[in-house]
Amino acid sequence: MSEQEIVTDVVIVGAGPVGLFAVFELGLLDIKCHLIDILDKPGGQCAELYPEKPIYDIPAFPEISGQELTDNLLKQAEPFGPTYHYNRMVNEIERQDNGDFIVKTDAGETFRCKVVVVAAGGGSFQPKRPPVPNIEAFENQSVFYAVRKMDDFRDHDIVIVGGGDSALDWTLNLAPLAKSLTLVHRRDSFRAHTDSVNKMRALVDEGKINFELGQIASLEGENGQISAVNIKNADGEKSLPATRLMPFFGLTMKLGPVANWGLNLHENLIEVDTEKFATSEKGIFAIGDINYYPGKLKLILSGFHEAALMAQAAKKIIHPDEKVVFQYTTSSTKLQKKLGVK
Amino acid sequence: MHIYVTDHNGKEHELEALEGWRVMEVIRDWGLPIKAECGGACACATCHVFVDPDWQDKLHAASDEEEDMLDMVPDVKDNSRLSCQILMSEELDGLKVSLAPSAKPDAEVA
Repeated sequence: MSEQEIVTDVVIVGAGPVGLFAVFELGLLDIKCHLIDILDKPGGQCAELYPEKPIYDIPAFPEISGQELTDNLLKQAEPFGPTYHYNRMVNEIERQDNGDFIVKTDAGETFRCKVVVVAAGGGSFQPKRPPVPNIEAFENQSVFYAVRKMDDFRDHDIVIVGGGDSALDWTLNLAPLAKSLTLVHRRDSFRAHTDSVNKMRALVDEGKINFELGQIASLEGENGQISAVNIKNADGEKSLPATRLMPFFGLTMKLGPVANWGLNLHENLIEVDTEKFATSEKGIFAIGDINYYPGKLKLILSGFHEAALMAQAAKKIIHPDEKVVFQYTTSSTKLQKKLGVK
Repeated sequence: MHIYVTDHNGKEHELEALEGWRVMEVIRDWGLPIKAECGGACACATCHVFVDPDWQDKLHAASDEEEDMLDMVPDVKDNSRLSCQILMSEELDGLKVSLAPSAKPDAEVA
């Protein structure tokens, strides 16, 4: 399971806007970064919750969407060659005798670094669990919140619940290999792409899949294997034979393993100072929405400021013997060279 | 003006509200537990409340955007609303809502 150790200067936990800007600030100081994020893409909340929504309080951008902001930050970080690791969560951070940290992910990788920057926003995004009695007992055996292998769904009676793109995409993808497939949604209207909705309705009309109005009421089954999904709607209850259930109610954030890293917390946020944004553990910094200090405002712009100051402090740990001369990108040819300015 | 908010333990709180504030902001400002992770952008559905049936008709109808986000609520009911989409005004003085399980800061995740 454990692969070769990945050695780098800094591991940044979280590839949201603040983690991405930290790559830039650290990069100007010749510090190399690896970023780890639980999502399958960069941008954090900006990309997951509101990619299309305009943000109005980014300095010098009267209006910018979450996705545009993310794209710009990626471009700004690009000259420094960061490595991104998606779809994984940092489980453990262990300090070594020589001061290095060993960072382990749930995907089995091990990183060795001098500094850890926690830029994890509100924690890690996790699927919302419907309030159905006993559902935990079936999770990852017959109830799934994501498809890892399509084959696990072949020849099954599948029930998919939800009205967004995930629900509709998987309805369309799994329909051809399912024994039967029923889509359940609370109303006959969908927030998914019109094209997917039209394709789904066509499959219903052809009798290839079923659509039911309603919500999950309860599950039947034993030993982790469901046998039926009972739904309720205006007409009462109805039992749907099912061997696979996929609820799609989006993601929400949970603090997760951050709480176990031995850092001083303030109501689920990491306490830091306002000079270095250092945590109670030397070499571990926390920036962006995940940190707390008196007067903290959860704004992207605050996180950018925190990233810049953190980088100065991280530099002293990573290159203790190097004297840092403060420079501006407008005038420093050295910095411009790092940025690839010709 | 005031609103009445029933918490997850069934206890009712009378909260002072200001004209133009979102109900979510009133709840959050008084320190009741509400996740509201997107901060009022109608983008996360974690400020979900159940509106007292007597007050349901007094609220403006949910926008398409709010209806879409209610699809992301796993415990939706007929009287479900997102509290960030309810703006306080004189007419809503006395509004009664209760916090939905899915709006808990430590709401269930898989």
